[in-house]
Amino acid sequence: MTAFLKLLFRNRLAAMGAVVLTAILILVLITPLLPLQNPDATATADRFKRPFTEGYLLGTDHLGRDLASRLLHGTRLSLAVGVAAALIAATIGSAIGIVAGYFGGRTDNIIMRGVDMLMAFPYILLALAIVAALGPGLMNALIAVAAVNVPFFARNIRGITVGLAGREFIDAARLAGMGHTRIILTELLPNVLPVIIIAMSTTVGWMILETAGLSFLGLGSQPPQADLGSMLGEARSALISHPHTSIVPGIMIFLIVMSINLLGDGVRDALDPRLRSGALSRPRATTLVERAGDIPAATDDLLAIQNLETQFHVGKRIYRAVGGVSLAVKPGECLGVIGESGSGKSVTALSVMGLVASPPGVITGGAVRFQGEDLIGAPYESLRRKRGDRVAYIFQDPLSTLHPLYRVGEQLAEAIRSHHKLGKAEGRARAVQLLKDVRIPNAESRIDDYPHEMSGGMRQRVGIAMALANEPDVIIADEPTTALDVTVQAQILSLLDDLRRERGLAIIFITHDFGVVAQLCDRVAVMYAGRIVEEGPTRAVLDAPAHPYTRRLIACVPELGGGRRALAAIPGLPPAVDDLPPGCAFAPRCDKARESCRAGDIPLAGTHPRAVRCLYPEEAV
Amino acid sequence: MGGYILKRLISAIPVLLGITIIVFLIMSLIPGDPATAILGSYATPENVAKINRDLGLDKPLVQRYFIWLSNMLTGDFGRSYSLNRPVIDEVLERFNATLILAGTAFVLCSVLGILAGVVSAARQYGFADKAITFVVLIGISVPSFFLGMMMILLFAVNLRWLPVSGMFAIYGGGDLPDLIRHLIMPSLALAAVATGVIARLSRSAMLEVLRQDYIRTARAKGVHERRVIMGHALRAAMVSIIPVLGIQAGFVLSGAVYIEIVFQWPGVGRMLVDAILTRDLLLVQGGVVFVAACYVMFNIAVDVAQGLLDPRIKT
Repeated sequence: MTAFLKLLFRNRLAAMGAVVLTAILILVLITPLLPLQNPDATATADRFKRPFTEGYLLGTDHLGRDLASRLLHGTRLSLAVGVAAALIAATIGSAIGIVAGYFGGRTDNIIMRGVDMLMAFPYILLALAIVAALGPGLMNALIAVAAVNVPFFARNIRGITVGLAGREFIDAARLAGMGHTRIILTELLPNVLPVIIIAMSTTVGWMILETAGLSFLGLGSQPPQADLGSMLGEARSALISHPHTSIVPGIMIFLIVMSINLLGDGVRDALDPRLRSGALSRPRATTLVERAGDIPAATDDLLAIQNLETQFHVGKRIYRAVGGVSLAVKPGECLGVIGESGSGKSVTALSVMGLVASPPGVITGGAVRFQGEDLIGAPYESLRRKRGDRVAYIFQDPLSTLHPLYRVGEQLAEAIRSHHKLGKAEGRARAVQLLKDVRIPNAESRIDDYPHEMSGGMRQRVGIAMALANEPDVIIADEPTTALDVTVQAQILSLLDDLRRERGLAIIFITHDFGVVAQLCDRVAVMYAGRIVEEGPTRAVLDAPAHPYTRRLIACVPELGGGRRALAAIPGLPPAVDDLPPGCAFAPRCDKARESCRAGDIPLAGTHPRAVRCLYPEEAV
Repeated sequence: MGGYILKRLISAIPVLLGITIIVFLIMSLIPGDPATAILGSYATPENVAKINRDLGLDKPLVQRYFIWLSNMLTGDFGRSYSLNRPVIDEVLERFNATLILAGTAFVLCSVLGILAGVVSAARQYGFADKAITFVVLIGISVPSFFLGMMMILLFAVNLRWLPVSGMFAIYGGGDLPDLIRHLIMPSLALAAVATGVIARLSRSAMLEVLRQDYIRTARAKGVHERRVIMGHALRAAMVSIIPVLGIQAGFVLSGAVYIEIVFQWPGVGRMLVDAILTRDLLLVQGGVVFVAACYVMFNIAVDVAQGLLDPRIKT
């Protein structure tokens, strides 16, 4: 509770709302004790006195009544009526909701049909009908406003109750022989009460506003009794000649509603901090770049990642997802990047074209060079021109990476159209050809499918077709087969391999699967905690791993028909990248680690083409 | 699609019946002699006898409901005693004015709200986002009737830019430019709260969509950012925005009551308030049923739009 309040009041706006609301509440509570004039005492001689005149702080209205006094009494009345309406609506609505949700079946069906009917009305219209039947008056307005809010509570509370009614503790209570009433009161009610209170706090502002509205229309409180709405309604006829009589009650309604809204927003944010953290957002078109230090010089590789550093800034925390990674590919070459989840391999891949979600992602160092040109910090348009055209991506989960509301043909054609002028018919023909290239049967009819109408393997082929659309020089494949079953996986891999040979494209293949690497890649780089720990030709690394981590990673791979070799899981977990130990990040899990491993930075060393980041490697390289 | 529309139309029938039942039940809550209550100050003995005959008020409740219902189905909503003309004529005439006001306000709040939400989301925590969030907070907290009054003070009385009230100028008005000049303030005042609500929701819907993987795919393809936001992201976000547009349409339609009073707009809301104050209950009854029925039909249109947008909703 204190943690919640702390969180709530760290939100300055919510705190402001709380202060204003508390001030208003205190004012109306002590109103009877204040030395105010009788709010209903008329004085025709003092009509329409302006605010701050002698004896009348806020002036007087059309009958010479003291506005300050009427305002406080009116606020008192408005708040009381609004809160009463909220309480009535919450009680009746929740009762209906609990009964419907608890008994379920037919009872539920009939009740919820009725609730749906009530909700089919435009809100205020229903209140008007009720007031019409009962006649104008504050009490009737209260009943009307409460009544139209009953369905809202009924529906919400029913939803919660249905979830609870199927739980074990309700069954247990029933088996213990408790009656329905007792179960509802002692088991269900305590659990739904917090929801009722939250729902009330979000609607009480509305109800205050709605009762004020009915009074404004002359259907609520009747003279001489006045709430804020009827004060405003009476003042309307003098709006042009004496605006202060309207402005005073109007501002009060505004303050009440706004402070309740602010407080409500604060409560919601405090209960669901995910909404405010920003950790989940990705509004920027390219990853933020805040590079410090020197920018590495150009090389003659096709694509070179040079000493890349990418971090996630979440609040005050800094996660070093990629801590100085260098990789390079030449045309026609396939480079495997392997590592556990969280080793930074995907972030490395996404950094190349500035696709790391930002915020929170920030590229803080290094360079990515395509044919010598640095892409990090390149102007948006020059980066965009290369995205998908020169460097294309294939992503992991094909269901979430294809747009659910566009046909696959449109998505393919769009990939081309983003870089080349393309007519409609031509785009369609190209899309069909692409689908054929990735061996999708019935390409002509499949092109009009939506992603949800395809199987996982088909969707992944569409993802590959999209990457091939502009015949790129480099394809970065981020675990493209992880979500697929083995036979489909084999097909996709051989498809990629063929394309590489036919078109001479370079592939960076990100995976956690050594089997895939062995099948497809010329070279492999092993990543751990955001850095490369070993690098070399695939065969050499697989046959004689030099880094203890690589060796143990390979030992984790089950071998078909390999006999009784013990499968060795690596004990412990990869380190959190916001709190990396000095020295070797693998040391805490390594059985060969010594003091010197934890001392300082360990360089990636070896003779070309092999390298390892270890002081005591398994094999000399 | 045709089948889907038909299915939704059929499913509206029980809702429409439910509406008539609810209105009928509410009206039967009237304490005392219904004929006298319905007639109010027009309760001469002849009138009481006539209305008892017309509505079959001497008959049991269920029978009365069916008489009322079948009358309505033939277009007979009864006669307004205060206006001395058929209810349906008055309602149709007034509803026309309300439709112009609420329709304009609905277009305004949809366009402005979605636009504000999109800009806000695309510039999350930037200046535009903060400015929009602030204006939205004010917008959803000002009662529309107070906002309308303040607009009159500022734009009509002080600046003299726009007419104070009414739908047409009394002298020399009646054409479209005149209507538009009269429409600006009331439609803006009516749209304010809904704009705020839609802007808030659009912002969070856009933020939710912008972190989806398919947005990253679009960017990886090299799709221009303007198209990523206004095409890919907004289209997906509309799936959650459209139902809220439907709900807000209800608020705009019924919120028109206040605005029609403030701006002397000759719409159905003002008619209802006048009818309640003069106890012309047949007019209230007819007006409420008519407007609620229109709203139900509008919501079907919203559902159909949703179905057109999202292929995953299968008929």
